[in-house]
Amino acid sequence: MSLLKTTVIEMLGAILLTVLSGPLALAQEVRVGDLTENAKQGKEVYRRYCVGCHGQLGNGQGENAPHLDPKPRDFTAAVFKCRSTPTGSLPLDTDLFETIGRGIHASAMPSWYPLTRQERVNVVASVKGFSPRFHEEKPADPVPIPPEPPTASAGIARGKQLYKKLECWKCHGQEGRGDGPSASTLTDSKDRPIVPYDFTTGERFKCGQSNQDLYRIFMTGLDGTPMPSYLEDVTPDQAWDLVHFLRTLQVSPEKHMSLRDLVRRPSHVEEKLNR
Amino acid sequence: MKLKHLLIVCVAQVVLTWGHYDKHMGATLAAASATSANPAAAFDTSAPAIVTGVVRLDGPVPAGKSISMTKDPACMKMHPSGVTTEDVIAGSNGALTNVIVYVSEGLGDRTFDPSGNAVVIEQKGCRYRPHVLAMQAKQKLQIVNSDPTSHNIHPLPTNNQEWNKSQPPGQPPIEATFAREEIAIPVKCNEHPWMRAYIAVFKHPFFSVTGTDGRFELKNLPSGTYVVTAWQEKLGSVEQKLTIGAKETKTLDFVFKPRRSYGTASLQ
Repeated sequence: MSLLKTTVIEMLGAILLTVLSGPLALAQEVRVGDLTENAKQGKEVYRRYCVGCHGQLGNGQGENAPHLDPKPRDFTAAVFKCRSTPTGSLPLDTDLFETIGRGIHASAMPSWYPLTRQERVNVVASVKGFSPRFHEEKPADPVPIPPEPPTASAGIARGKQLYKKLECWKCHGQEGRGDGPSASTLTDSKDRPIVPYDFTTGERFKCGQSNQDLYRIFMTGLDGTPMPSYLEDVTPDQAWDLVHFLRTLQVSPEKHMSLRDLVRRPSHVEEKLNR
Repeated sequence: MKLKHLLIVCVAQVVLTWGHYDKHMGATLAAASATSANPAAAFDTSAPAIVTGVVRLDGPVPAGKSISMTKDPACMKMHPSGVTTEDVIAGSNGALTNVIVYVSEGLGDRTFDPSGNAVVIEQKGCRYRPHVLAMQAKQKLQIVNSDPTSHNIHPLPTNNQEWNKSQPPGQPPIEATFAREEIAIPVKCNEHPWMRAYIAVFKHPFFSVTGTDGRFELKNLPSGTYVVTAWQEKLGSVEQKLTIGAKETKTLDFVFKPRRSYGTASLQ
């Protein structure tokens, strides 16, 4: 075969590939801080690091997927656990960016801090490209998180009452062990079994580890899982009370809190140590 | 060798792309064909037509399975004599309850404003009332919790955005809308796994849910040729073609055949 013929066929192939892969990924703008996406480089990163689990079509059916639990996210559904936006809304670019960096604790999704910030921004564009929803809708405004009040025993007691009243215990159990009466029957949105978080392990949450993250988790809910949003059920003050109570369920929270938290709120830790 | 490799890649790409088209473009293609089926008909509401009929099951009526509510004593107390599943409810003569009958083709690309009235779904006795609900896209939906226990309302759409909200007892109604047509969105409560509802969302107002007599009525229909579909959560869909003139009232009955297995109350 002549060199020319080979070259022509290769060029035609390349054109065909470009045309056909068009609808696979709608161009998506991404903005995180002062960075914007380079979609082409994002695709390269995706193909190298993400495709094994999330699959070429972004549907969560990569070749490793059968061996994983929890399963890799299906990006075509555009439903994400870790959001700063209310339930039902698309996530912000920064939400996806932070999830990629942080990873998802207690799952096969590692932290991607080894990638540069620019690379993580680029791959956010790839993730968004798998769902036409990012093309059609705008994410809602994030749920505001007011400044955290100091922890006090009265607030913790109120938080305990809320835990009872909101019936968090139905899934998470009376002592937060993840063994409530509904725990054993829970399934995710794809009808696969899923377990509620066991506070007594003191482990990081799937969507972060700070008190702000905890506040955000129950206000926005974890879409795609049984964890609902409580945004319309509690006031910000009550939400902080609940955060402070939930921390007491974690047997040794100080071990898992950031140094910053420890320095900023020594009374908070003091209170738990004296318990 | 190089050429062979390239060919394989190309074929794979074509296959993958088609798969994608099937999933995402299916709805668009269906909408386009509906338009061409009825190109010139004007939308004339001055002399509306009516389609009524009865939906029946032709065959043995499956017995509902008993539901255990022991996980939540508050629910159990409300049902001293027990409860059964509601996936197929048929009365005398096999008249089917909770079947959605709707115009599935023939309206072309006409658009309809959503009704200004809110539709209501109530959580009562740890069940949804109604069990099957039909509404228009962008119409207001109110979700009421009348139970002494908390629920979480968790619609699982494929063409709309999924959400999941908690509603403790005594909370005011939750308001929601669905932006796009979808028949039908399963709704579940994760705290009470037996709870199931279906919400069908239409881009037009020509739909009806059968009552216990299996009867439906499509009102205010402009004259034209339509495909009318009856949808049942376990039995699937049956469709019929119908041409109706202005001011006419036509009867259209639907018959479902029983399925070999009705399955359990699992989703989808």
